[in-house]
Amino acid sequence: MNAFRAFILKEFRHILRDKRTLLVLFGMPIAQIILFGYAITTEIQNANIAVLDRSRDVRSLELTRTILASGYFTLNADVRSYDQIEEAFRKGRIKMALVIPPDFAAKLQRGEADLQVLTDATDPNMASTLVSYVNAIAARSGAQGKPPGIRIEPQMHYNHNQASVNMFVPGVITIVMLLVSAMLTSIAITREKELGNMEILLVSPLKPLVIILGKVIPYLLLSMVNVSTVITVGHLLFGVPMEGSWLVLAVACLLFVVCALSLGVVISTIARTQQVALMLSLMALMMPTILLSNFIFPISSMPFPLQLISNIIPAKYFIVIIKGVMLKGVGFEVLWKEAAVLAGMTLLFIGISVRKFRIRL
Amino acid sequence: MIRFDQVVKRYGNTTAVDRATFTVERGELFGLIGPDGAGKSSMMRMLVTLLLPDDGTITLDGHDVVADYRFVRRNVGYMPGTFSLYTDLTVEENLQFFANVFGTTIQENYHLIAEIYEQLAPFKDRRAGALSGGMKQKLALCCALIHRPLALILDEPTTGVDAVSRAEFWSMLRRLTTTGITIVVSTPYLEEAALCDRVGLINDGRLMQIDTIGGIVASYDHALWRIDADNTRTALQVLREHPAARAAYLYRSSVMMSTDQELDPEHLTHELLRSGVTGARVSRAQPDIEDRFMDLMLEHA
Amino acid sequence: MTPTATIVADRLTRRFGSFTAVNAISFEVRRGEIFGFLGANGAGKTTAIKMMSGLLMPTEGTAMVGGFDVSTEAEQVKRSIGYMSQRFSLYADLTVRENIRFYGGIYGLKKAVLNERAEHLIRDLGLDAEADRLVGELPLGMKQKLAFSTALVHDPAVVFLDEPTSGVDPITRRQFWEMITAAADRGTTILITTHYLDEAEYCHRISVMVDGTMAAYDTPSAVKSTLGVHTMDEVFLKLTRTSP
Repeated sequence: MNAFRAFILKEFRHILRDKRTLLVLFGMPIAQIILFGYAITTEIQNANIAVLDRSRDVRSLELTRTILASGYFTLNADVRSYDQIEEAFRKGRIKMALVIPPDFAAKLQRGEADLQVLTDATDPNMASTLVSYVNAIAARSGAQGKPPGIRIEPQMHYNHNQASVNMFVPGVITIVMLLVSAMLTSIAITREKELGNMEILLVSPLKPLVIILGKVIPYLLLSMVNVSTVITVGHLLFGVPMEGSWLVLAVACLLFVVCALSLGVVISTIARTQQVALMLSLMALMMPTILLSNFIFPISSMPFPLQLISNIIPAKYFIVIIKGVMLKGVGFEVLWKEAAVLAGMTLLFIGISVRKFRIRL
Repeated sequence: MIRFDQVVKRYGNTTAVDRATFTVERGELFGLIGPDGAGKSSMMRMLVTLLLPDDGTITLDGHDVVADYRFVRRNVGYMPGTFSLYTDLTVEENLQFFANVFGTTIQENYHLIAEIYEQLAPFKDRRAGALSGGMKQKLALCCALIHRPLALILDEPTTGVDAVSRAEFWSMLRRLTTTGITIVVSTPYLEEAALCDRVGLINDGRLMQIDTIGGIVASYDHALWRIDADNTRTALQVLREHPAARAAYLYRSSVMMSTDQELDPEHLTHELLRSGVTGARVSRAQPDIEDRFMDLMLEHA
Repeated sequence: MTPTATIVADRLTRRFGSFTAVNAISFEVRRGEIFGFLGANGAGKTTAIKMMSGLLMPTEGTAMVGGFDVSTEAEQVKRSIGYMSQRFSLYADLTVRENIRFYGGIYGLKKAVLNERAEHLIRDLGLDAEADRLVGELPLGMKQKLAFSTALVHDPAVVFLDEPTSGVDPITRRQFWEMITAAADRGTTILITTHYLDEAEYCHRISVMVDGTMAAYDTPSAVKSTLGVHTMDEVFLKLTRTSP
């Protein structure tokens, strides 16, 4: 037990004395959340659109004006036909086109007016956001039947802001936990190999499990500290709601951290040098996680093979859980499936690392 | 204390260690000497249980290093060739860590390292990375000794270290053997054989000879000649072609030639002159361990 | 300055903050001379070599290498030197021929010249059969010899050899020294560092650095007789033990 304590103490010293690791550990998460936060809020403004108004009545002109007055859209093409819309898309002049059918005012009166919204799906994220804006504006002007006014704008702004924050805070938490847990642990273990110190540790009476745990526990604690920071910042600075139980959230985070740590250990059993560990973490963990976890790019709009692959990305399940807890306020009674998948993956990784962690060279 | 019996280690098609057999007595300072890639590290790593032999057996104090690896791990102090301590921990923290890892304390075995550690004590709060090469070595030695091992296994501790620090290190090892600890050291420097009780000369995975330095040098059974001339390199070319020559090498500013028969120095001088080598002086030379090593290499080639 | 001197250092000094790594050393190395650059780890050898190869600016003093000033003509200095060390040598994943051509190429040798020299070098080393094998597959001794020849491929005035014989067997080591003396006889100036003190005796002259200064600078036998000792080991111990 004494040896174990000594090991953990040593590990903390390594971390606390390495300024660069500390910066990655605590600076990156904050920087990331703030960057993402403000980048996303400013990104979609003045999106170029075209309006094909085939009705040209009071209502349709009103709607067009309202949409343009929202501040999110700028009219950038004068179109008379679908062909012209097509051309404007091709030339990249517009991100979205709005088609108002003939007799719009009359249909609206009957409650059966429909709007066609065409978007540039090469940027699915932006496309879906734009559609949701239009939906919101149209719903207001249609449902309430009175002239849409200034009242819409502040509400939309608020909603919009929150929608993207709700998207990215769980994502950032996930990335941060992977980064700290998997990457830093795998690097910390391979560093011992590279220095030749692993040879001594192996030759010592320390059991492999003690070596692994000694390396992992400090990072487990630090990751949990980090997660708390990111969630606090997201909650206070960006107003991410917390509808569910803090305890459920903590348990879910702990589960994911352990999962990521065991992945880190698996990487370190494969990699012989810190450089390889870093590359593996970045290529095999970070990239797929960012791309395939529903964090930035919606999985539903991906080709089928990628959708299949996304099923083996632990982060995908964690994002479902964290969104469920924070935004919807549900608990494990709803999220047990995702939690079970994560727990299963964790067990698998631990199994692999214990098997692969060699007691010899 | 340590016994190698017909030990073989292969990596793919190359045989790194080829039927190595030797014993090291309790309290002995034993050297494994040979160039890089000769198989020294593989032998040591098998001894400390980090590698499995493909054939043969190794025992430490009667315990098989494969079957009873836990015993071996508790009872050896090992310094790998690349060992660099934890550079971001202080001298004292490093020592403390290794003591704890082996389930002991600095106080318990301080007497073992006292002599060496006293030189380090003034720097005990300094990070290991900021120590000089010689000091780092001393600290590494303390860390390997702190759990009172039966045997100390040091893989090339003096490689790349300057002559002064090397001499100091060897005298520390010599004093340690008086406590009864068994020490196995590997080194690429042949002249360090003189500092060991016995050595094994290794090349290309084969233990070519095991003996004291005196025994090794005495087993050189050729005549060795030193030839100085005005133009050493011409002399070397000529002597290589000489019918009596087993081998001829440039050595320092002279040529060293070994022969199987006695030579008349004066006769050789004349022969050289006839071949255009002027100012030749031929004298009998005393072989050293390097001569024997080269001889063994030729025999085993 | 001696007309045949390839290296002339005059009160060459380098400080790092308050620490003086090299303290006003002055020496000359003649054309075709084998000059041993000895000293304990941290005595300032590496710093001095870095200054002489144009990698590090002297704080004070000057050094001329191959007729060029290391402070103001670093580029020309770099063209006139070759460098080989045990740590840095050849690319293990390139073949023998590719390595030679690469190093010749970075010194701007013309293709025809380079091809001819590469083939010549391969023949000299007896590597005809191995010319298209990866360098990583060669035995260590062969690699060292190849690295040395490659450092000479652009015909430099000076070659810096940093512990070139570390860890090789004694036969290879002696063959290596044969190559070094042959190069020196052809007029290449050799500056070599080594931890094998007996190798100092192969050198025409040696210097022993202690704490940034030159504690000895003469032929090996003169250094020994001045200090009244018989072996290089004793020279080394006597000179460096005096410092704490």
